Amino acid sequence: MGILEVKGVGKRFGGLQALGDVNLSVQEQTVHAIIGPNGAGKSTLLNCFVGKLIPDEGSVLFNGQSLLGRTPHEITQMGVSRVFQTPEIFGDLSVMENMMIPCFAKRDGAFRMHAFESVDNESELIEKAEQMLIDVNMVDKRNMNAASMSRGDKRRLEMAMCLVQDPKLLLLDEPTAGMARADTNNTIDLLKEIKEKRDITMAIIEHDMHVVFSLADRITVLAQGTPLVEDTPQNIKDNPKVREAYLGETQQ
Amino acid sequence: MLGLDKRDTKFLLIVIFLTLATPILLQPFPESSTLAQFNAGYPDLMQRFAIFGIFAIGFNILFGLTGYLSFGHAAFLGIGSYSVVWMYKLLDYNVIWGLPLAVILSGLFALVIGYVSLRRSGIYFSILTLAFAQMSFNLAYSVLTPITNGETGLQVYTDDPQILMGATEPTSPHLFGIVMNQSAKINLGDWVFTFNNGYYFCAIIAIIAFYISLRIFRSPFGLMLRAIKSNQQRLNYTGLNARPYTLAAFVISGMYAGLAGGLMASMDPLAGAERMQWTASGEVVLMTILGGVGTMMGPVLGAGVIKYMENIFSKINEQVLHSWFGWLPDSLEGFVIFIAEHFVGSGWHMTSGVLFMLVVIFLPGGLVEGGQRIKAMFNNRGGDDADDPEHHPKHAPHVAE
Ligand SMILES: Nc1ncnc2c1ncn2[C@@H]1O[C@H](COP(=O)(O)OP(=O)(O)OP(=O)(O)O)[C@@H](O)[C@H]1O
Ligand SMILES: [Mg+2]
Repeated sequence: MGILEVKGVGKRFGGLQALGDVNLSVQEQTVHAIIGPNGAGKSTLLNCFVGKLIPDEGSVLFNGQSLLGRTPHEITQMGVSRVFQTPEIFGDLSVMENMMIPCFAKRDGAFRMHAFESVDNESELIEKAEQMLIDVNMVDKRNMNAASMSRGDKRRLEMAMCLVQDPKLLLLDEPTAGMARADTNNTIDLLKEIKEKRDITMAIIEHDMHVVFSLADRITVLAQGTPLVEDTPQNIKDNPKVREAYLGETQQ
Repeated sequence: MLGLDKRDTKFLLIVIFLTLATPILLQPFPESSTLAQFNAGYPDLMQRFAIFGIFAIGFNILFGLTGYLSFGHAAFLGIGSYSVVWMYKLLDYNVIWGLPLAVILSGLFALVIGYVSLRRSGIYFSILTLAFAQMSFNLAYSVLTPITNGETGLQVYTDDPQILMGATEPTSPHLFGIVMNQSAKINLGDWVFTFNNGYYFCAIIAIIAFYISLRIFRSPFGLMLRAIKSNQQRLNYTGLNARPYTLAAFVISGMYAGLAGGLMASMDPLAGAERMQWTASGEVVLMTILGGVGTMMGPVLGAGVIKYMENIFSKINEQVLHSWFGWLPDSLEGFVIFIAEHFVGSGWHMTSGVLFMLVVIFLPGGLVEGGQRIKAMFNNRGGDDADDPEHHPKHAPHVAE
């Protein structure tokens, strides 16, 4: 059984069937890519995993436990982190403060009344946050205001905020969109390294096929809310149905 | 020192000095000069500076850090005042009984009101708090007359039990015999300085209140509150539950308001329902915005400016205006006074309104931003190449300023 088991998930928005009978099994310590044309329902599917949306039918199990009906913070505390399609960071805070918040959340849980401690005294967490910033090549930006950075940097920051919590399952929604080529390659390297070093599973949505084929162990192609095929990257490349439905439009 | 870093310690020491020296600093003009009317060093006004400073500091923990705008904090002000007066009536005039009760009771009320109101955010939260405060006002004004003495207001009567009252005990609010409305006057040449017990009592509590708020600003808890204002979605997906954080901030700010209300009754042993009116809730919002939302000094500054203006402008009457503009030709004088009299006396709200609009339009960061701009102007003129470039542009603003 996979670390993430999705069975018969369906979601409608009014008359639109955004997801229909989605079955998916993500194996532990693999990178599972979900690809598909715009509007296929990829982000909607992730939303159903993390408590942002409640599917109309079906079940989502993480490590054998249902994720449905749980709040986002509970799901995150269980070890599921998410990078959003449009970067979600604390724009008013500095990069370092952005990194400290997930560190506190990981150590202290969903709520702790630490009103009389000082952030500056948490040398262990500061070190951890700094190390993560070094890993994503952002340590020189530690005092910058997060909102004033480029979109690519915001994404890298968001990814670092997720990774510093050492999640078991990392959900990435187009993590390299808006990044320069060099940053995209750095991100691929970073994710590869993380995958080798840590006990982590990733589900990644991506339009950039270079990223997908560099990272993925399995690929699911989603079209109009239902999985078309699921297979290894090599077989997906050769599958005529996929070429027609999706790859034909984006490659070359 | 006291769990603060060097910079904050210095900041705190400056605040302590300014607070303790207020009776001297606010009395810059000699008594015989015509400018003496702009002096602000009298007990009554200085007490209000300190009390409204506390109110605004607490309000800023909620509004400044989390961004939740409450329009109902005057309710806690009222609860604080009633608590203190009741302790006068039941025990004695020592404020030591009433003030802790004021803080605890307003904290409990804030827990209930906050629990319900925080189910919504944005404008709906504001409306809910406003509704609660108006309900409290109506309860105090009519329904709960046995407790609040309704329209007349709560005060101490000679037939009240006052079971702890000693034979020689002062018959006005005091702290273990230190009577609040007593002052020492010192004449230095043409200057008169008034050192009032009540003011110093409020000032010391205000310094403690400021210190606690400074600690909260620098704590992980404070960081979470700022994160709530910045992006609640990210906060949730970081594994944090925003609700108890906002509720804690709401309760803390409610307790600050209760303390401020309690101090009002400690200076003047009265409590009336009008203290809970929505206009009083609105006033603290104005103070915070005028001074600078989310900054440490802003709310205190805003409270000071509004209370000072209220005092100065409401004292000016037609006679004073005549003495100022008497040198103008008669027709022009009449015209100028006709315009000016709408901005003074009971019309001082016009002046505060104009000032508020100017600040919001030109200095959205409040008076603190104004101060920072002036500082930056001087720094640029000085041409500080020595400054480490890494420590300047584009940085997240330090909340202390
Ligand atoms: N909250 C919502 N309310 C109504 N319709 C929605 C909502 N979220 C998504 N949809 C619709 O559901 C469909 C699937 O959207 P989704 O964002 O999941 O697509 P996607 O595969 O992530 O596309 P893209 O590659 O452009 O990000 C779209 O038609 C979208 O308009
Ligand atoms: Mg999407």
